[in-house]
Amino acid sequence: MQELSLNVMDVAQNSVVAEATLIAITVAERDRSLKIEIQDNGHGMTEEQLQHVTDPFYTTRTTRKVGLGVPLFKMQAEMTGGTFEIRSKVGEGTKVTATFHTDHVDMIPIGDMESTILLLITCNPDRDFVYFRSKEEKSFTLDTRELREVLGGDVPLNAPDVTQWIKAYLQENLDSIQGGTTL
Amino acid sequence: MKSLAELQAIRDKARNQMSAREDSIENTRVLVGMATCGIAAGARPVMTALMEEITKRELPHVTVTQTGCIGICQYEPVVEVLEPGKEKVTYVNMTPEKAIRVVNDHLVNGNVVTEYTIGANAK
Repeated sequence: MQELSLNVMDVAQNSVVAEATLIAITVAERDRSLKIEIQDNGHGMTEEQLQHVTDPFYTTRTTRKVGLGVPLFKMQAEMTGGTFEIRSKVGEGTKVTATFHTDHVDMIPIGDMESTILLLITCNPDRDFVYFRSKEEKSFTLDTRELREVLGGDVPLNAPDVTQWIKAYLQENLDSIQGGTTL
Repeated sequence: MKSLAELQAIRDKARNQMSAREDSIENTRVLVGMATCGIAAGARPVMTALMEEITKRELPHVTVTQTGCIGICQYEPVVEVLEPGKEKVTYVNMTPEKAIRVVNDHLVNGNVVTEYTIGANAK
């Protein structure tokens, strides 16, 4: 993966497959550390699945015999001296937390996280996403449940004008918390 | 800054457009492989290009969704087009530029872009 936003897309796809109705994604930068968290209320995993989830040669898929998404994300965090944790309970959901040291030579860029969030929302208009992004003291949140309240039940989150609004909202807020710098 | 009031205006406009739309058109589905293999091979910009071009060309009967790994990782990014009453078309080794051409040639004009299909690329 060339940027962490692609790992987030990959891990969040697991939440979609696990039939989560609410997926919360947090990207928090402070000093020289970064925390990325993906939490869902999907099916969750059994103890056995949880034990093997970071093994690249373990997967519940039937199309191939490797499952690289989670192991790659773990490796990318640990390469920077960071940490990786995954908690899950059947019937309750899963939480993946990775921390990174952003000044480490092996740190890969966060990349275009807003594109990932936009695609997740527009491709899964029947699910809710809460995206929280912060940099030092500044932060913003996009909660699709709030948007849904405004839109009512008949205008979907992936209607073209709504998509454009979400895209602009994400970009404007990202610019305002970053003050023009990107990691 | 984008406001919720602006979103309300968008909602009202969208409602008007929806009531004017013909409901009888059957949906065409475009599936993009978004498992680890697809994402690592560049599926996200392909999907973004598809969605932007479909919006630009105003194709409300076309929905773009993601799918998992279908087992042909070496051909990722893979895009499948499912039109009602027609055979599924599988496009392989996609790029944003190819995606735009698929929207215009296939989805708008009804001509399959044969050179991008798995049949033309299978080794």
